[in-house]
Amino acid sequence: MMIINIAGLALIALIVWWFWLYKPKEAELGENDLVITVENGTYSPSRIKVPAGAPFEIKFMRKDQSPCSETLLIPELQISDTLPLNKLKTIQLPAMSSGEYAFHCQMQMYRGQITVK
Amino acid sequence: MSSTNTESGNPSCHEGTETGQHHHHHVHGGSAVSQELMIEGAGCASCVGKIESALKAIPGVENAEMNFAQRTVSVLGSAPAEQLIKAVEGAGYNAKISLADNEDDALAEKEKADWAYYKRLMREMTIALSLGVPLMIYSIVVGEMTVTSTGERIAWLAVGLLTLGVMVFSGKHFYVGAWQSFKNHSANMDTLIALGTGTAWVYSMVVVFVPHLVPEMARHVYFEATAMIIGLIDLGLALELKARGRTSEAIKRLIGLQAKTARVIRDDKELDIAIEQVLLNDVVRVRPGEKIPVDGEVVEGHTAIDESMLTGEPMPVEKATGNTVAAGTINKSGSILFKATRVGKDTALAQIINMVKRAQNSKPPIGRLADVISAYFVPVVMIIAVVSALTWLNFGPEPAVAFAIVSATTVLIIACPCALGLATPMSVMVGVGKAAEAGVLIRNGEALQTASKITAMILDKTGTITLGAPKVTDVLVAGEYDEQAVLRLAATLESGSEHPLAMAIVESAQERGIETGKVSNFNAIAGHGVQAEVDGKTLLFGNEKLMRERTIELGDFVEMAQALAAEAKTPMYFAVDNKLAAIIAVADPIKEDSIAAIKRLQHNGIRVVMLTGDNRATAKAVAKKAGIKEFFAEVLPEEKSKKVQELQMEGEVVGMTGDGINDAPALAIANVGFAIGTGTDVAIESADITLMRGSLHGLADAIAVSKATLRNIKQNLFGAFIYNVAGVPFAAGVLYPFFGLLLSPVIAGAAMAFSSLTVVTNANRLRFFKAQEH
Repeated sequence: MMIINIAGLALIALIVWWFWLYKPKEAELGENDLVITVENGTYSPSRIKVPAGAPFEIKFMRKDQSPCSETLLIPELQISDTLPLNKLKTIQLPAMSSGEYAFHCQMQMYRGQITVK
Repeated sequence: MSSTNTESGNPSCHEGTETGQHHHHHVHGGSAVSQELMIEGAGCASCVGKIESALKAIPGVENAEMNFAQRTVSVLGSAPAEQLIKAVEGAGYNAKISLADNEDDALAEKEKADWAYYKRLMREMTIALSLGVPLMIYSIVVGEMTVTSTGERIAWLAVGLLTLGVMVFSGKHFYVGAWQSFKNHSANMDTLIALGTGTAWVYSMVVVFVPHLVPEMARHVYFEATAMIIGLIDLGLALELKARGRTSEAIKRLIGLQAKTARVIRDDKELDIAIEQVLLNDVVRVRPGEKIPVDGEVVEGHTAIDESMLTGEPMPVEKATGNTVAAGTINKSGSILFKATRVGKDTALAQIINMVKRAQNSKPPIGRLADVISAYFVPVVMIIAVVSALTWLNFGPEPAVAFAIVSATTVLIIACPCALGLATPMSVMVGVGKAAEAGVLIRNGEALQTASKITAMILDKTGTITLGAPKVTDVLVAGEYDEQAVLRLAATLESGSEHPLAMAIVESAQERGIETGKVSNFNAIAGHGVQAEVDGKTLLFGNEKLMRERTIELGDFVEMAQALAAEAKTPMYFAVDNKLAAIIAVADPIKEDSIAAIKRLQHNGIRVVMLTGDNRATAKAVAKKAGIKEFFAEVLPEEKSKKVQELQMEGEVVGMTGDGINDAPALAIANVGFAIGTGTDVAIESADITLMRGSLHGLADAIAVSKATLRNIKQNLFGAFIYNVAGVPFAAGVLYPFFGLLLSPVIAGAAMAFSSLTVVTNANRLRFFKAQEH
C-alpha cells in the first residue's frame, strides 16, 4: 500500500511538472516561413520565438477537422481569425515588444505561445 | 514585407486596382493593372522562368513575377485575363484567376469538410455503440462481468480485442490527439478521454491475462464502458458539429447576399463577368430584381433599392444619379448604370462580413475566468483522478481496486472542459450575428458586454435624434435689409461650409433662385459661428454669445430669437459691418421614430440625455418634443467628451451616440460609442457599435441583443461550472460513504458528451431573439 501511495503521489508530481513547470524549447523563427501545423489537438510547433520590434508573418496549416481548431485567437494582439481546413493561412503579426503572447483556440484546448525577444 | 497580398493564402486580384483607378478609362488602352493567377502543375522551380517569360511575351504585359511557394503569379499590364491564361497553358501549365478571398467558396468548402467529419463521427459512433450496447445490456442482465473460469477468460479476451478494434477505429483521434498534446506538454479533452477509456481497458485486460494480480472480488472487466464512452462522445461531437453549424447562420446569410456576377460595360460592350473581376470605376448595369454586385455611384437611371438586408430598414430607398448603392442590396424597380467605387474586400458588405466574423471570434471579459480555468483544467482533473483512486485504495471497501479504477475512470470522463470553453464563444457567435441581422454591427465582445450594462445614454441632437437636414424656417430682417439680400449674403458667406446649418441656408437661397457672390477672409469661430468678407462688407453669422462678444446691438431681436427657439428652431444672428441685419432660423425635424425609440430606452431604465451645440431654448424645445428630460445645450464640439466624463463620474455606464465623425472623441471616451450610420457607411472606426440604420431603434435593439446574449452566456457558464463542480466529486465517489452512490463511467460518458451539446443548443436559442419595436 505504501508503494502504491508513493507511486500515486509521484504521479501527481509528474503531472504538475510535465504540464505546468516544464518549459519546452521554442522553435526559432528564422525566416518568414514558419508554418504551424494544427493537427490532432495541438499546434506544432506550439512555442515559437520571434525577434522584437519587427512585424512578422506566421502561417498556419490546419489539418484538424475538429471545429474547435478553426478559430485562432491571439488576445494580446487582438487577433482572431478562422483557419481554413487544409489551406495555408497567413497571420500578420505587428511589431511586438518583448514578452510572451499566447495563442489558442476559442476553448484554450489548443495552446501555443509566441516569445518575443 | 513582401509586396504580394498573401493573406489567407488566397491572393487578391484587387491588389493593383489602386494604381488603375486614376487612369481607368485607359485601362484597356494600356495603363497598369495587376492581376494574379493561380498556377497549377508547376512542380519545380525551373517552371518559374518559363511561366514568367510566356506571360511577359504578351503585348501589354509589363512584368510578371511568380511566387513559387504560393504557386501564384502577379502580372502587371493591361492584357485580358483570358489571354494570360492561354499563355500559361501554352507553356504547359494550368492557370486560374485567383479569387479575392472568395467567401462563398470558403463557406462551401467548410460545409463540405464539416459534413465529411460529421459522417465520419457517425460511422465511428455506430461501430462503437454496436459493440458497447450489447455489452451494456449483457452487463445489466447478468450483473457484474467477472472473470472466474478459463472459458470466461478466453471469451473476454475476444471481447477485449474487439474493444481494442473499436478504440482504434472509432477512438483513434482521441488517442493520437492525447499523445500529440502530451508530447507538447499540454493536455486537452482528448487526454481525459484517452486516459479514462484506456485505464478501463488496460485494467480489464490485466484481469483477463493475469487475474491473480487482482483480488478475486475485483476481477471485473469494463470493456463495455470503453466502447460506450467512445461511441457516446463521438455522437456528442457529431451533434455538436451540427448545432455549431446553426450558430453561424447569420454570417452565412450575409455571405449569401453577395452577387456572383456583374454586368459591366467595357469598350461599349456589356460583359457578364465574375464579381472578383470588377475593377474600380467600371460601369455596371443592374436590372430590376437583380442584386447590386459592388458598391458604387449611380450615373444613369433611377430606381428604388431594398437595403433592408444591410440596414434593417424595411422601406426601399429611392436612388438617382449621384446616389450611392451598396453591394448585396436588391434593385427593385428601375434599370440603372452605376460606377464602381468600392470592389472586392472594400465593399460595405465585405467589410460588414469581416467585422461580424471578427466580433464573433472575440471574447467578452466575462469569458476570461472560464479561460483561466480551462488552462489548468485538465491536469487538475488528472490529479483529482489520482487522488480519488488513492483514497479508494486506502480507505475504500473491498474490492478497493475495482472502486479505485471505476472512480478514476469516471472522474476523467465526466470532466468536460469543452462545455466551459464553449459557453462564451457560442453565445457571442449567435448574438453578434443576430445583431448584424438587425443592422447593428458590434465591434467586439467587450463592446457587447458593456452595452448590456449601459445605464445612461447620451444622444447627440443633430443627425441622431433629428434628421440632420435642417431647413430655413424664418428670416426676420432688421433695418434696411430685405430677405433676398440677407439670404444672398448669408448663402455667399456659408457657401464653402459643410456645416448642416450652413447647407440649409445655401439650399434655401438656391430654392429662391438667389445667386451667391464671392467670399474672402472666411474664418470659422468654433462653436460660435463664422466671419467673412463679401462685397467689401464684414459679415458675422452666429449665436448670441458671438454677437455680444462683438458688442453688436441686438435690441428686441433677443426676444424674437427666444420665441423661435421655443418652437425648437435654431435662430442665428446675422450682422453686416457690426450691425444686426437679420435673424435666420433653421429647424431640423425630429426623425419619425426617435420618440418611440427614446421611450423604449427609458422604459428599459436607461437615463437618456441629449447633447447639442444649439442654444438652451432650442435644445429645451427639441428635448421636450422627443420626450427627453435632461439635456446639455451650447456644448462646444470639444466639450462633448467632457460631458461623457461628467456622467461617468456620477457612476453611470455611459453610451454615447453620434454620427461618428464629429463626435469621434466623445464616442471613444464613452463606455460604449454608438455611431449612427447613414445607410451603408460602415467604416466608422471610433465606434464600438455601428447602427447601419438611421433609426434610434437600432440603439434599443443593440442593448436588447447584448443583454440577451450576456444572459445566455451566464446561463452557459453557470451550467458548465455547476456541471463540473458537482459532476467531478460525484464521479470520485464523495456520495458513496453517505448514500452508497457511485456513478457508472458510461453515464459519465453520456453526461460529458451532452454537456457541451447543451451549451451549443442553449446558445442557439438566441437565434430566436426578437427585438421589440414600439
